[in-house]
Amino acid sequence: MSDIESRGYVKPEVLVSTEWVAEHLSDPNVRIIESNEDPLLYPSGHIPGAVEVDWTRDLNDPLRRDYLGQEGFSSLMRRIGASRGTTLVIYGDKNNWWATYAFWVFQLFGHTQARIMDGGRAKWAAEGRDVTREVPSYPESHYQAPPRNDEILRAYRDQVLAHVEKKGKLIDVRSPQEYSGERMHMPDYPNEGALRGGHIPGAKSVPWARAVSEDGTFKKATDLRAIYEGEAGLKDDDDVIAYCRIGERSSHTWFVLSYLLGYPQVRNYDGSWTEWGNLVGVPIEK
Amino acid sequence: MADTATLPPKLAETLDLLALLPDRADRIQLLIDLADRFVDVPERVAVRPFSCDDRVPACESEAYVWAERRPDGRLDFHFAVENPQGISAKSFAAILRESLSGQPLEQIANLSTDLVYDVYGKELSMGKSMGLMAMLQMVKALAKKAMGERVVTAEREEVPVVS
Repeated sequence: MSDIESRGYVKPEVLVSTEWVAEHLSDPNVRIIESNEDPLLYPSGHIPGAVEVDWTRDLNDPLRRDYLGQEGFSSLMRRIGASRGTTLVIYGDKNNWWATYAFWVFQLFGHTQARIMDGGRAKWAAEGRDVTREVPSYPESHYQAPPRNDEILRAYRDQVLAHVEKKGKLIDVRSPQEYSGERMHMPDYPNEGALRGGHIPGAKSVPWARAVSEDGTFKKATDLRAIYEGEAGLKDDDDVIAYCRIGERSSHTWFVLSYLLGYPQVRNYDGSWTEWGNLVGVPIEK
Repeated sequence: MADTATLPPKLAETLDLLALLPDRADRIQLLIDLADRFVDVPERVAVRPFSCDDRVPACESEAYVWAERRPDGRLDFHFAVENPQGISAKSFAAILRESLSGQPLEQIANLSTDLVYDVYGKELSMGKSMGLMAMLQMVKALAKKAMGERVVTAEREEVPVVS
């Protein structure tokens, strides 16, 4: 049994190890994708054959606060030469924070053949594996994406409000200082600010990075259950909404709850605190 | 973008160079080249484990900043970046060390934190810009501290900035 299989996840197949990736570098059915917070990292050296998907340029609509649409996703996949059947293996910096964000966006288009490389970029580098600065190019594919489906994986503000009113479970994955309202946002950085500090009523605080071990790999299922169920009071048949500031850190928690713990209904509220903390007429809690 | 006429000359030069590179990939390449020029803090200034007092708050790449006083009262800046993946922090440290060391303290103290956007562009994530701005703020604070001490040392013995 592999290390990943031994950790007791409900859907272990969604993770691949660095060894697995090293063995599939030339597999034509696999496309390796690096997705980082830091735009300097990919050009400074990446897994041979890996393409970059950048969260600001590739995943967001430039003119409205939304993700890319059906055509945008089709062009992105064509550009990286992926077809509907290609296994997309995503990895990145910061314990795969941005990798799970890309993974979540890909699921809005139902690209279920997607994996996260456990341990991310840091583990690959720590193991001394090959990196290159060479940017690969692949023949353009004919990818045709279905329309984006937000219903299952994404929560909008009205749905969050209804969820709050029926005392639904919410996980706030920001830092404890952001959760308490003690820290708002940095004065020089108004773009991700909110008018008020605090959290959505009823939300429990579980900072996203608690799901990972020191080496960047995901913690085993019993440790994850101790955190999310023992401490935060979730039950494995709960309907859960996760949020952070703009919806990226919470995609990491969405991934953990949906796949590693197998919760049937988890949604990411990408409006998150930058919407809720500025929204007229909604309650907050401090 | 900041008015480069009021900036230390080497910093103005770097910003001018970045402004000449409209292509994002070229800018990124220049920043990676700068990160390759990163120099770790010399042992005469600090040795590991470093003091928390010298650590940049909010920087996820675990960056440290020190100032070393020159005979003329100006400062040399030194940095450590403990996260091997902290390439943006390293490139910024290289820029600050090379372009602010030995420059007039007033100019350093008056730098705007918008410098971070001038160098990295507006697409930075909040976490990244918080860390980089905190690095710059620490450098500015060291310059201000040295300016205060310069006034005091007219009456007292010189107080070293390096602790």
